[in-house]
Amino acid sequence: MRPEELAERVRARVPEVTVARGEATVVVDRARVLAVLAEVRRDDDLAFDFLSSVTATDWPGRAPRFWVSYELSSTRHRHRLRVKVGIDEDDARLPSVTSLFPTADWHERETFDLYGIVFDGHPNLSRILLPDDWEGHPLRKTEELGGVDTRYKGAFVPPVDRRTT
Amino acid sequence: MSETSSRLDLEHVDPDEVREETMIINMGPQHPSTHGVLRLLLELDGENVVSCQPIVGYLHTGIEKNCEYRTWQQGVAYVTRADYLAPFFNELGYCLAAERLLGIEAPPRAQVLRVLFCEMNRIASHLVWLATTGMELGAISMMLYGFREREVILDVFEAATGLRMNHSYFRIGGVIMDLPPDGPAQIREFLRVMPGRIREYERILSENPIWLERNRGVGHLSADRALAFGVTGPMLRAAGVARDVRKDEPYCGYETYEFGVPTASEGDCYARYLVRVEEMKQSLGIVEQCLDRLAEPGPVMVEDPKLRWPAQLEVGPDGIGNSPAYVRHIMEESMEALIHHFKMVTEGISVPAGEVYQPVESPRGELGYYLVSDGGHRPYRVKIRDPSFVNLQAVPAMLEGALVADAIAVIASVDPVMGGVDR
Amino acid sequence: MPVERLPGRHDGRATSDVEEEVRRGVLLTTLDRAVSWARKQSMWPVTFGLACCAIEMMATGAGDYDLSRWGMELFRASPRQADLMIVAGRVSQKMAPVLRTVYDQMPEPKWVISMGVCASAGGMFTNYAIVQGVDTIVPVDVYVPGCPPKPEMLMYGILRLHEKVRTRGRVR
Repeated sequence: MRPEELAERVRARVPEVTVARGEATVVVDRARVLAVLAEVRRDDDLAFDFLSSVTATDWPGRAPRFWVSYELSSTRHRHRLRVKVGIDEDDARLPSVTSLFPTADWHERETFDLYGIVFDGHPNLSRILLPDDWEGHPLRKTEELGGVDTRYKGAFVPPVDRRTT
Repeated sequence: MSETSSRLDLEHVDPDEVREETMIINMGPQHPSTHGVLRLLLELDGENVVSCQPIVGYLHTGIEKNCEYRTWQQGVAYVTRADYLAPFFNELGYCLAAERLLGIEAPPRAQVLRVLFCEMNRIASHLVWLATTGMELGAISMMLYGFREREVILDVFEAATGLRMNHSYFRIGGVIMDLPPDGPAQIREFLRVMPGRIREYERILSENPIWLERNRGVGHLSADRALAFGVTGPMLRAAGVARDVRKDEPYCGYETYEFGVPTASEGDCYARYLVRVEEMKQSLGIVEQCLDRLAEPGPVMVEDPKLRWPAQLEVGPDGIGNSPAYVRHIMEESMEALIHHFKMVTEGISVPAGEVYQPVESPRGELGYYLVSDGGHRPYRVKIRDPSFVNLQAVPAMLEGALVADAIAVIASVDPVMGGVDR
Repeated sequence: MPVERLPGRHDGRATSDVEEEVRRGVLLTTLDRAVSWARKQSMWPVTFGLACCAIEMMATGAGDYDLSRWGMELFRASPRQADLMIVAGRVSQKMAPVLRTVYDQMPEPKWVISMGVCASAGGMFTNYAIVQGVDTIVPVDVYVPGCPPKPEMLMYGILRLHEKVRTRGRVR
């Protein structure tokens, strides 16, 4: 169904639904994530049974800081929905959706690895892309881009984003 | 040998007391058959795989983080190197997502060129898959044949874009250059020889008893498990689910092309082989339809001066460069043009705030781009949903009860490209 | 302690020693040249393809840009059987120890070609994840720029390495 009809259907369950650029986005709070995902999967007209991606965006100036988004699609009806959850940086935890969508396994590990968001109930929440002993979560906006810190004959070349020459 | 005895006592071996221990073997990351730097932790009981744990991350490049520090147009050069066997698809996903954020559409000729190059890239990617899979399973000559055909395709790419790989040809707003004058003729020559070559590969492999023995019944993945794992692409279609982003959510005018989406039902490695070979044939049909549509000339980049790439590039003797007429224009004739060029190249375009998820059908499955903009000159978040990253999750399930040799066949049939997996 | 003085010239070497040295030098120079020639004639690379450059390396080894003209089409999977490591592609922080381990496992004499800008200097990925030049980990003999380098560029780099081995190789 078209995004506007989708929005109407979902609005009954979830207060905040927006439609922009041909996509419907739903904002839920952390406590209702699993419930909402299960509901939109169970409903026959919505039937969102395929999870494409789980990722996070870091908005350091805003509260909540981290916004985790789930991209859902339906194999039956071929429409898409985005579910977003905002979490604060002091309490960056979310329930894991691997019980509903086993594909979220590696997606959540990647989000944990790069952002430091802990998914409760995940079978194996460990670093996936970075070495196991890496410190920090590089995709946070507060982390630097990084690069070589070379010291040669007393000179110092900072990482690329801080170079002025 | 146990810790207590230092010598194996062969005289008094009690068969009931034979200890069953499994051996943990590491396959990769440096391995000739793991399609890149994939590491598999295999727990083996003799030759049988008891459990398997794929460990990725050995090619993590930080592309997503790097894109946040560059302009929108520079992002194309970064994302094109994610899935390096299908660079056009990366560029396509990124450009389509950015164009949706901007609310523009590339001109029709640019869309036809995009489809043309994407389908040729699909054939090239499947050729590399066929070449490496053949070599790993023993058909070593397939390596030479696959790369021979790929060279023909790469010649077309080089003539049109200046590069054999990682082209940065698709840009936000269209493509950067039109085909060279002899481009269509070169592509028609390729279309003339390719069907015969695909028939040759089928003659070599499809009925070959060794190929059948190593691929049939190996790495079975049923449709429900595949969907649960989030698997897309030829792996899913070989399990019987006809899901293709080009048909389900068409982009770039795919709804106007005639092509089929091959599926198989067995869900094993052999079915995936059949699906990919058939996909190559379907792509040839699409390329031919594209060539017919390229008969009329037209613009290949949007007209809006705030968005279009300011230069007029052409492939010269030493690579791609600005045309001399354009250089003369900005250096000698018009100060405003120079300033505009400078601003567009250094600062880039600004994209309205918002977020968008754009899926495209890459040779490996659904390649999705989640782009977030804060209204500025740089992408705020670029997330690449790579199909290989998700498809690799299904490998342990496919290797249940398999032999070590099957691990090679299974990984090969997944066709992972570690650049996309690790980004 | 008294130093035993040898008969003959007292510039530190005996006449017989000088002649011996000259004779030995000629023999070993010829041996040097012969062995260096043999070493460059069939240098076996170890499979160390990482990213996009690996595909171009495979294309160089395939039919169109045949590496077997120089006896190098045989990429050995085991580093124990190889004498050349072509680091083809970007080296991530997680891969760096693996790179060093494989390099250490190769027997002497061994050479390293750093293929592509990512291996030579970090390439366009000047960020936390990529080692900014593999020469921080292993000693490199030839750097081949390009992103990715065309097969002809890689072949040029390989031929320069062959020249380096042929002209500067030492047996001892």
